[in-house]
Amino acid sequence: MADHAVIADEVDLSRRKFLTRATIATGVVGAAFAAVPFIESWSPSERARAQGAPTEFDLSKLEPGQMAVPVWRRQPIYVVRRTPDMVARVAGHDGDLKDPDSKDSDQPPYAKNALRARSAEYLVLIGICTHLGCLPKQRFAQGEVYPSWPGGFFCPCHGSRFDLAGRVFTGSPASVNLRIPPYSYPKPTTLVIGTDEKGTS
Amino acid sequence: MAVNSASGAPGGLPGEDRSAKKGLWAWINKRLPLSDFISEQLTGYYAPKNFNIWYFFGSLALLVLVLQLVTGIFLTMFYKPGEATSFDSVEYIMREVDYGWLIRYLHSTGASAFFIVVYLHMFRAFLYGSYKAPRELLWLVGMFVYLALMAEAFMGYVLPWGNMSFWGAQVIVNLFGTIPAIGPGLVEWIRGDYGIADATLNRFFALHVVALPLGLLLLVLLHLVALRHTGSNNPDGIEIKEKLGADGKPLDGIPFHPYYTVKDVVGVGVFFVLFAIVVFFVPTFGGLFLEGPNFEPANPLSTPEHIAPVWYFTPYYAILRAVPDQRLGALLMGLAVMAFLFMPWLDRSPVKSMRYRGWMSRTALTLFAVSFIALGYLGLQPAEGLYVYLARFFAAIYFLFFLLMPIYSKLDRVKPVPDRVTYHAH
Repeated sequence: MADHAVIADEVDLSRRKFLTRATIATGVVGAAFAAVPFIESWSPSERARAQGAPTEFDLSKLEPGQMAVPVWRRQPIYVVRRTPDMVARVAGHDGDLKDPDSKDSDQPPYAKNALRARSAEYLVLIGICTHLGCLPKQRFAQGEVYPSWPGGFFCPCHGSRFDLAGRVFTGSPASVNLRIPPYSYPKPTTLVIGTDEKGTS
Repeated sequence: MAVNSASGAPGGLPGEDRSAKKGLWAWINKRLPLSDFISEQLTGYYAPKNFNIWYFFGSLALLVLVLQLVTGIFLTMFYKPGEATSFDSVEYIMREVDYGWLIRYLHSTGASAFFIVVYLHMFRAFLYGSYKAPRELLWLVGMFVYLALMAEAFMGYVLPWGNMSFWGAQVIVNLFGTIPAIGPGLVEWIRGDYGIADATLNRFFALHVVALPLGLLLLVLLHLVALRHTGSNNPDGIEIKEKLGADGKPLDGIPFHPYYTVKDVVGVGVFFVLFAIVVFFVPTFGGLFLEGPNFEPANPLSTPEHIAPVWYFTPYYAILRAVPDQRLGALLMGLAVMAFLFMPWLDRSPVKSMRYRGWMSRTALTLFAVSFIALGYLGLQPAEGLYVYLARFFAAIYFLFFLLMPIYSKLDRVKPVPDRVTYHAH
């Protein structure tokens, strides 16, 4: 023990500083990598992803003017079979809308049009208010909310209003139009929510 | 006791004085400085002698923390987190566990009581400038306690899995979705599913019963360490450490124990009387402490007619809804909470206490208190018509209080601060 000679009491400070910094840097990198599995564990699990698979809906049951609410990924999906009259009532009030051309809104490219749908007849929306997540109620009749009301959706929580294409009216607390999920029609009467030409989301 | 025979063990410890007092207490203190700890923290800690009623709320907050920990541990013994089990297990606690109803109501009332005492504790700091130098970090740590408490309360409210739990979680978690670019992914990560789901409930449970309480305890400890180091402020905002007596003790200080422990016991007594009245007679407090829709199970396909958070969040919720743009609304809501963090640097007044400040600071604080309460009321009302305009008006006052503080606190004409605390002997 202790028979090695003590050469000097001086400390090589620059060496010590370098080693300290190198140790800290290694530790930080290691901690960052070690954090990955814990952070990743919060992502939707395999089971949640499997349960979030596309949902099929049979359109033949839906009468003109009716709305059905299937569930996809725990979200109510509003499927509306629009009558020609309802389609006509989507036009004519672009000046009262916050985002008439759906520029700031969330929808697949094939729904970024005046009717916000793949076909004029069926409107498919995520039935969650873009303001704070309440469920807007259907108010399809003309004048149902106020005399000039063209028909659409009304959120009872904070009064956001949307037309029959899910576009938000000015004066609503919501800033963007109702979201539209990816969807496709493998057969003319079958709607699949959650999958389209680009694949399954 | 057998342990006694160990005192003055052969050889002894380094520095052990053989002639020292024997006995268990002496034996322990040789090895663990309990005696020093008590004298540093209680009997030897000198607090200003002019504390008034506003100084009850710190110790009461500590009391409520202990109450929440004890009742929370017992609730965990009966509660089963999970979409299918949460609501039923809470009903089981309420109806079938002996005194389960009492334990749960103590916990739910304790949550509101926590915020009442913390808001009063914070207002005290506003009144007497307790956040000013040298107590900036004491204030910051206290604010982190408040933030942790908000997270704790929010997640606790989700656990019963009532319909308001579900939709409250939906609204609050969606707020993170307004963050540009990362928002939608962040929301999915927080939820662990495509909607508020079992995964969300389970992780909120883990955070509510383990992670956040540990964090809270650590922060409270730091808060107390900082307090013991700088010493308490007082209603006159005078540093008592600057006027020491011949014995080196502050002339205007008295030992925390027994003087303030005895005083605090009176506060505890009054608090428990009021607390018991709520627990036994009005545990839901007319829908303020426990909301009606939460007695229905969570239903993802049915929104309650009117979503409002529990009362202690409503001032911020009113600000969120007052803004017609949702991203800006969420940002302002966050700023409304964070603004408190900057108090020590916004306040440029040369004096601490409101007693020696002029009309500007007094008016500003009064307007702020009024707007905070008004926003709290408006956050409970539907966001329509006049309510929205009032919320905008009071939100403006709320922010002007902070934004203009560097100006008015400097311009304000202050009165001379006395050398010693003002105090009337009893």
